[in-house]
Amino acid sequence: MMFAEAAHIGAHVVPMIILDIGLMAMLVVVGFAIVRMRSLFAVVMLQGVYSLICAAWFVSLDAVDVAFTEAAVGAGISTVLMLGAMLLTDKTSSEVPVQRAVGPLLIVLFTGAAMLYAVPDMPAYGDKDSAVNTGVGMQYMTVTPEQIEVPNVVTAVLASYRSYDTMGETVVIFMAGLGVLLLLGLNGNAGRWTAQVQGVNLSCDRAPAAEVLPTPRAKPKTTPDEVRPDAAPPKPKSKPKPKPKPRGGTS
Amino acid sequence: MNSHIILRVVGKFLIPLIIIFGLYVHFHGDFGPGGGFQAGVIVAAGVILYALLFGLKACKQAVPPSWIRIGMTVGVLFYVGTGLVTWMLGGKFLDFDVLHPATDHPLGQHIGIIFVELGVLFTVATVMVAIFYAFGSRQPQIMDDEKDF
Repeated sequence: MMFAEAAHIGAHVVPMIILDIGLMAMLVVVGFAIVRMRSLFAVVMLQGVYSLICAAWFVSLDAVDVAFTEAAVGAGISTVLMLGAMLLTDKTSSEVPVQRAVGPLLIVLFTGAAMLYAVPDMPAYGDKDSAVNTGVGMQYMTVTPEQIEVPNVVTAVLASYRSYDTMGETVVIFMAGLGVLLLLGLNGNAGRWTAQVQGVNLSCDRAPAAEVLPTPRAKPKTTPDEVRPDAAPPKPKSKPKPKPKPRGGTS
Repeated sequence: MNSHIILRVVGKFLIPLIIIFGLYVHFHGDFGPGGGFQAGVIVAAGVILYALLFGLKACKQAVPPSWIRIGMTVGVLFYVGTGLVTWMLGGKFLDFDVLHPATDHPLGQHIGIIFVELGVLFTVATVMVAIFYAFGSRQPQIMDDEKDF
């Protein structure tokens, strides 16, 4: 349906090209800024900005579903996760000596040159004779209104025609969550828990079980800034366990 | 975070809207952009916003971690279960046409897509929250000179 309009689309091609060039230029600027920055907080924020510009660009390419995912995952969730990871490391990255930057720079330049070399062979944007628009893609476009009657062909392809693939993706996400839970546990520690509360080292070799820990803390409530509010209560101080215990039994 | 009263008030107002928007994205995925994956991420973003505003402990009381294990699994089971139901009804695995007897209108496809995407929503939302819980609960080593952080 995109192609039917292609004949009389010429009027707003020029503004679209300016928009695309502007978005691309912003991507390049943000990319250089990410490389040059030393403050990790700023880098994480700029990565979110980068994703958001990408999403805007995808919208201008009519790929709204991809743009939606990019905005939600790239700019939303992964920014938060990167912030969480940054809190566990450092606030600034260390300076890289110039000698060590030469090799990666050469690789990047070579890859970029190869991509630029390949660009003329790519079909033009929206070319109706390109492989994408002549093969199975067009078939989905013609067949979906009769077989699925879903206006959004992307959903029809994802959930119905390519249902096996989406099932695999769901299982991949499940496995990712499972891996995180096995390695870190829902409380961020697979079996060990350490904290420094007011200069006292507390540790426990049993993971605070994943259920809510409603134990009211008597002492540290007066100084809430010292202890993160989400920390597990310093239960092990009273009864240190010498051996790791299976997770099931709560105290 | 105790002093951020404006953030909290606005957040309390926004979080239900975010969740509702997630559900809209899910159930409107047939007609516009969106679907289970995006909806799951949006719902997870609502939960994470709650955790950022009110602390991880309050968030773990609102969305207990036990839900996460269940939700992850239920999502995959929903997806595979839809396939199994189509199997039982005499069709092929994940062939949604058999889900509804109507022959003039592919209603079965709509039902199947919604159910399958519901599984995606459950898994994606809970896994995102699980990853956030796992990383957010780790004790950062706060040095003395970084107290202001």
